[in-house]
Amino acid sequence: MFDPVFIKVLLGTLLLASSSAVVGAFSFLKGESLVGDAIAHALLPGVVLAFILGDGRHPGYLIIGALIAGLIAHYGIAFIEQRTKLKSDTAVSLVLSTFFGFGILLMSYVQRTGQGQQAGLERFLLGKAAAITMVDLYVFTGLALLLLLGVALFYKGFQLMTFNEDFAAAIGLPTGTIRFAFTVLTVLAVTVGIQTVGVVLMAALLITPSAAARSWTSCLPRMLLLAALFASFAALGGTFISAALPKMPTGPWIVLVLGFFGFTSLIFAPEKGWLARRRRAASNRNKTQRENLLKLLYGAEERAGKPIAMTAGAMVDAREQHYEGLTKTLRNLKKEFLVVERPDGFALTDLGRIEGRRVVRLHRLWELYLTERLGMAADHIHPQAETMEHVITPEIEALIVKELGNPEVDPHQSPIPYEED
Amino acid sequence: MSPTLAIALTAIFTAISCAVLGAFLVLRKMTMVGDAISHAVLPGIAIAYLLSQSRASLPMFVGAALVGVFATVVIEILSKKWKVQSDASIGMTFTTLFALGVVLITYWSDKVDLDQECVLYGEIAFVPFNTWTLGGKSMGPIALWSSGILLLMVLVYTLVGFKGLLMSSFNEDYAAVLGIGIGAWNLSLMSMVSLATVVSFESVGAILVVALLVAPAATAYLVSSQLKRMIALSALFGLSGSLGGYLLSAALDTSIAGGIATTLGIQFAVALTLVQLRKK
Repeated sequence: MFDPVFIKVLLGTLLLASSSAVVGAFSFLKGESLVGDAIAHALLPGVVLAFILGDGRHPGYLIIGALIAGLIAHYGIAFIEQRTKLKSDTAVSLVLSTFFGFGILLMSYVQRTGQGQQAGLERFLLGKAAAITMVDLYVFTGLALLLLLGVALFYKGFQLMTFNEDFAAAIGLPTGTIRFAFTVLTVLAVTVGIQTVGVVLMAALLITPSAAARSWTSCLPRMLLLAALFASFAALGGTFISAALPKMPTGPWIVLVLGFFGFTSLIFAPEKGWLARRRRAASNRNKTQRENLLKLLYGAEERAGKPIAMTAGAMVDAREQHYEGLTKTLRNLKKEFLVVERPDGFALTDLGRIEGRRVVRLHRLWELYLTERLGMAADHIHPQAETMEHVITPEIEALIVKELGNPEVDPHQSPIPYEED
Repeated sequence: MSPTLAIALTAIFTAISCAVLGAFLVLRKMTMVGDAISHAVLPGIAIAYLLSQSRASLPMFVGAALVGVFATVVIEILSKKWKVQSDASIGMTFTTLFALGVVLITYWSDKVDLDQECVLYGEIAFVPFNTWTLGGKSMGPIALWSSGILLLMVLVYTLVGFKGLLMSSFNEDYAAVLGIGIGAWNLSLMSMVSLATVVSFESVGAILVVALLVAPAATAYLVSSQLKRMIALSALFGLSGSLGGYLLSAALDTSIAGGIATTLGIQFAVALTLVQLRKK
């Protein structure tokens, strides 16, 4: 397995995948991922024309042809977006498909004249990593270094352009030049990339590593590094699989492995993954439900003037809540010694009373803050307080109390219950 | 029927179907989803081909169209539920599915007689040779029939669903108030796009379907501001583009699909130039 051809293919795909991932990260963050896809498709006519007009086997000609076609496509998309009422998605897919169609037209012309086979032009469609030659490898290494150098040189500019283009222009950055540099880098990345994975799947090398990396980190340098790592592992995996299984194409396997990384990251990543976000939402909902129940019990005690118990049925009526959710919450509260179950229903423990009192206090403090400081009408503030009572931290509570001068009653003349210490 | 006529009619039927559907995609800013579907149906085509062992059968169309709808749903989940940028959702989904399709076709290469390049840019020139028979009588090319049926379905769909499509394309809130389900219209439109893609992939290929979906509609959108006129113009541009493209590639003896896409692009460029000149 470790013959020179395999090593060559492995090195080539590693270089390509990681450098494309780094360049793609910026367009991913800018929300323009598919422009890279369009450029990849649009390179086809440039590459074929370069073959017709120049020496097709020389990588230099191909790169120049690709560069010109890519720049035309990029500025074509920008022109359509800015000067017509067509939306960006239409501009992108229009340029993508018509350029590609023109490329196919030229390619069939070349193939009819019988030169196509020598040029191996079909490798641009789905890529042919196995055909990487030693010369290619030198060119790839050079380009990969050039790409990384370009990103390093323009790092600040790219970063600003990505997050806030208007701001970048306002502080006097040459946004046109930066954009041009970025486009050139993208075209270079794509030119090299399509020889491995092909025009159609190039988008995956630009987009998927970033989508995967973004769900693990919010820090740009770390994201670039992670994206490059994901891409490298995918290149490694894809090359191994295609070497181990007969006839299997390398490019599509790299893309499949990348897709696996992407989708699993989006699902399982801590904090930003889908599961983590669902868990967080559930725990927030849970907390709100618990606090609401404790508040309800505290309110009942307050009205009765003494500790009393409430049946689950009465709670359902009062909070218009589902019975199932309620029994689950009650069970949890019982386990944490916040409520006790008695023959006549559920009652607060001392611990639960402190917690219920806290929620009621926050509710009333916030109502008072809204009327006193923000001038809201007393009959509009209840829904706001229903939300804020679950959010306010002890620190903010202390600040509000200080700001309002240790108030005694809320806008509805209900007492604000403080802890007696 | 002469081979030339069969090819021309297939191209025209396909082009008009795609142009009409494309008009709604352009209005909904969903052309890239159409692009994604056209790639994503590949694994569906491969699996359906393996199971049914034929290129143009009903199970094949249905199976592949279902994968197209599946891709739409995955993109929606990624962008709406998992908060991935919509561009990236589209790119991730279609490349993964397309790669899966290529791998499947390679894996079953002895059982599935599909050519990767045929899938990519079609073989409309071979349309006349693929005929079917009914009761011993030759009924003509399969692709001609399937594209004709597609056109009929698209026209019925557009006429019946015009109000729903119109409302849900322009004002989602208003449509919701009127009780028009946005999700349902979206899904039905995407099912039609998937079907159009599957029917067209053999004649013009997966990628050039996008040209047929987008270019006529974009050209029509440039020159008209009324939906009915835009759809009619889109169909007209689809027709002229496919006829012109056919003639172009006949003259140059090149790929017909490539010729059609090129002509569609030229049509757009001409319209764009005229509109820009009139502005000045």
